[in-house]
Amino acid sequence: MTSEIELISLVLFAILVVTAIGITRLRGLYGAVMLAALFSLVIACLFVVLDAVDVAFTEAAVGAGISTVLMLTVLALTRAREAVTPRRRLWPAGIGSVLTGGLLIYGSQDLPAFGARDSPVQRHPITEAYLLESQNDIGVPNTVTSVLASYRGYDTFGELAVIFTAGTAVLLLLSYVPRHDPDFERRKLLLADYRILRVVSKILFPFIFLFALYVQFHGDYGPGGGFQAGVIFASGFVLYGLVFGIDNARRVVPRWLLRVLISSGLLLYGGVGLTSMLLGGTFLDYDALSPSHPVMGQHVGILLVELGVGITVAGVMTAIFFVFADRRVLQ
Amino acid sequence: MIATHYIYWLIIVLMMSGLYIVLSHGHLLKKLIGLNVFQAAVFLLYVSFGKVAGGTAPIVAPGIETYSHPLPAVLVLTAIVVGMATTSLGLALAVRIFREYGTLEEDEAIVAEASEHTAA
Repeated sequence: MTSEIELISLVLFAILVVTAIGITRLRGLYGAVMLAALFSLVIACLFVVLDAVDVAFTEAAVGAGISTVLMLTVLALTRAREAVTPRRRLWPAGIGSVLTGGLLIYGSQDLPAFGARDSPVQRHPITEAYLLESQNDIGVPNTVTSVLASYRGYDTFGELAVIFTAGTAVLLLLSYVPRHDPDFERRKLLLADYRILRVVSKILFPFIFLFALYVQFHGDYGPGGGFQAGVIFASGFVLYGLVFGIDNARRVVPRWLLRVLISSGLLLYGGVGLTSMLLGGTFLDYDALSPSHPVMGQHVGILLVELGVGITVAGVMTAIFFVFADRRVLQ
Repeated sequence: MIATHYIYWLIIVLMMSGLYIVLSHGHLLKKLIGLNVFQAAVFLLYVSFGKVAGGTAPIVAPGIETYSHPLPAVLVLTAIVVGMATTSLGLALAVRIFREYGTLEEDEAIVAEASEHTAA
């Protein structure tokens, strides 16, 4: 690692530590949430320094974007100020963290040196397979995508199922019977009444969705893929909901459509797996999709699977935001 | 030792500040933020194992020999989105708790629940 990069990461770490201290000290929770967003953004920069560009992309979209908006909407539903933390809590927590940290640092001495070329991770034969053989077997330059969607397709299927389950659970926890409430209609203040916000956000929407499509379908060649694209799609709908109100956003993306999207992405992923089984391969073995030309099969499989990921992630994130942002949820 | 391992130690410091937030604060939303800080630091530790000195992002291109390992990136990438989904589940539970007890402070909620029991 050259010294400039070392310097950059040290500065980023310093910002992170100060931000974490700020989060513990602040009693106003809006401030704490904004600091958490800053924390995510700086962590994303560190991921870039560590060569994990796909991860940085996801962290920036999720941590600094959607997650912040969700926390703010929850603050709007609850109280935004925290009670003074009693002193009796601080000491045990401090001692516990320092002890755990000390043990971890003691244990970290057994780790290979940072960035070493001969660490077990780098020497393992799988490294060769993912970086070199994948170019012949799958033909996708971004090895993160080929590992995510093909080599470790089972893993990703499981993760998508977790996202699906968590999203469904949130909808079940906060669902309510929609009813007409004239008082609610009068009380709500639309950001769309501010002309600049209205016009600028309207100009932005096509670009947000275009960018999401680019990220979705260009993930084979550059950083990106279904997870990132899904979050970017959702952030477009979140922006719409924030500016034009949740009722208008629901008119654009109705409840039934979100439910269909959430489940159809996961079904598409599983369906690709079942199709490859029906064609004589194993579950999620994309070679079977095009026996005469396995690389073609891999391309088609990865494309469909990533599309499934994108659809479910976009659906879950949008649905979660809608259900949090709907103030009637409290009644 | 210091020159080769200090990155791990910095990550552990971040991890522990997340743990400290979770343990010391009684407000449930603050605890969730702390959990996210802890989580992000764990992701950083994972990704740091894949970094090779002088390497570049694992997107194969002609003329580049050294790549960092793609596997930690894949595991962490999906984990971030899953972490977001589970965090929102935690937030939904917090909203329900607020609706039930009128507070998000752990101590107050416990007191409210205890008095409910004695009343019944």
